[in-house]
Amino acid sequence: MGTAYVAGAGNTRFGRLEGQGPLDLMADAAQRALADARLERRDIDGVLCGYATTLPHLMLSSLFCERFSLEPAYAHGVQLGGATGGAMLMLARELVRAGRCANVLVVAGENRLSGQTRDTSIQTLAQVGDADFEVPNGASVPAYYALLASRYLHETGLTEADLAEFAVLMRAHAARHPEAHLKDPIRREDVLASKPICTPLKMLDCCPISDGAMALVVSAEPRVEPRVAVLGAGQGHRHQHLSAITDTTNYGARDAARRALDEAKLALADIDYLAIYDSFTITLAILLEEIGFAPRGGSAERARRGDFSPSGPLPLNTHGGLLSFGHCGVAGGMAHAAEAYRQLAGRAAERQVPGRKHAFVHADGGVMSAHVSLVLGLGS
Amino acid sequence: MSPFLEGLQRGELRYQACSACEAPQSLARYACRRCGSIRLEWRKAAGRGVVYAMTSVARAPSEEFRPLAPYALALVDLDEGARLMGHAAPGLAIGDPVSVEFFELSGRKLVRFVKASHA
Repeated sequence: MGTAYVAGAGNTRFGRLEGQGPLDLMADAAQRALADARLERRDIDGVLCGYATTLPHLMLSSLFCERFSLEPAYAHGVQLGGATGGAMLMLARELVRAGRCANVLVVAGENRLSGQTRDTSIQTLAQVGDADFEVPNGASVPAYYALLASRYLHETGLTEADLAEFAVLMRAHAARHPEAHLKDPIRREDVLASKPICTPLKMLDCCPISDGAMALVVSAEPRVEPRVAVLGAGQGHRHQHLSAITDTTNYGARDAARRALDEAKLALADIDYLAIYDSFTITLAILLEEIGFAPRGGSAERARRGDFSPSGPLPLNTHGGLLSFGHCGVAGGMAHAAEAYRQLAGRAAERQVPGRKHAFVHADGGVMSAHVSLVLGLGS
Repeated sequence: MSPFLEGLQRGELRYQACSACEAPQSLARYACRRCGSIRLEWRKAAGRGVVYAMTSVARAPSEEFRPLAPYALALVDLDEGARLMGHAAPGLAIGDPVSVEFFELSGRKLVRFVKASHA
C-alpha cells in the first residue's frame, strides 16, 4: 500500500460567528484547505463529512458537495462523537492508500453556539448517555465526565488543582492563536474559583461551546512541501456508556495508541508533539496517563514542569485545544490534527515549535467511549 | 417500556444477569459481556450497594431539573454486581454503603441512593 499525506488544512475562526449555518462554515474552511493544499475542486475525488448537531441530515456529504460544487467519486458522512475527525482522517488515509481516492477532503463545522440555545446543545449532547438508565436522572455530558473524574481522582490521587494546570496551559496556548475562541489569560486560582458545574469540574475545567469549521485534505501526492505522512492509525472501542466502563486503566485509548504506534513502527519515546482531545481537563489528564505520556496520576506534575509547553519536550495542543481554541463539535476535534500538521510542516506561524518530527494525535468520543489515534511524521 | 423502567414504576430495582455464566450486566445488553450468551434475564436486585463515583450537579441540563439543583448523582455498584446511576443523598462519598429509595419527578419514578442503615 502507498503512503497518505496530510496535504493541507483550513479553518474558520472559532467562537461566536453569528448568522452562519453549518454549510457556510464548512464551505469557508474547505475553501481555505483547498487553497492551502494548492488543489482545484476537480482534484477532490473523495469527501468525508462530519455530522452537525444543528443540521441533522440524511446525507450531509451530498448536501455539502452540492453547495460547495464538488462531484467526488466517493462521499459519505461519519459519526463517532468527538472521535469523528480522527476516524475520518484514518478512513481518508485508507482510501488513499488503497488507491480508491487521490485527494480526500475531510470537513466538518457547525454553529453549535449561535445556532441553538445552550440548553438545546446540552440536551443534544446528553443523549450519549443511556436513554433508560442515565439520561432520565438529569445527567449531562459534564455530569458523566464529573462522575468519571471523581473516580479517577479517588484512584490516582490527582487533585482539582492538578486538573486546573491543564486549563491554564490550554488558555496560554490559545493566546498565541489569532483564531482561538478564548484568549484571556487565566491562573490556577481562577479555575478553582470558577462557577461550579458538576463536582469536581468547574466552568474552566469544561470546554466552551463554539461556532466554527475545520477542513483537512489527505492526498497520495501532496503539492506542498514538506510532506507530512500519516504513518499509523488505530482505534479502540470498549464501551459506549459511562455505566458500562470496567477498566479505568484502559478506556480504549491505550489500545488505539498501541495499534497506531505499531503501524507507524514507532515508540512513545519517538513522539515529539502531542495533539490530545481535551473536552474537559480530566479528559486530557486521563488520556495522557493512559496512553503513557505521563505516569498514572503524574500528568499534572509534567505540566507543572513545563514539559507540555512549547519550549518543553512534548508541546501539547499548541492551538489551545477544545478548552480554549474552542469546541464546535467534530471540527473542534479536528483542530488538534490540523495544528499537529502545521507544526510538523513548519507552518504554525507565531506558534511554531522548531524541529518537530513525529506527532501523536488522539481523539475520544462519547464518555471516553470511542478512541482514534493517529501518528503523523515529517518527510518520507 | 423496557424491563428496567417497568420495574422502576413498580418500585423494584431490576438488573440483567446471564443465565449461562451468571455474570451481572450493567445497562441492558443483547449478549453477555463475559461469555457472549444471549440467554440474559432480568432479576430483582436487593437494593443495596457501594458508591463507585459521585458528583454534585450545580448546572442542571433542563428546566425539569433546575428546581432540584444542586443535586447529587452517583454510580453505585449493586451487591449483585451491576453498576447503576441514580440520584444520591448529599454528602455521600466513594466507598459508602448505600441502599435504594425511589422518588417521583414529573410522573416518572427515579432511583435515589441513601446511606445504608445497616452500615
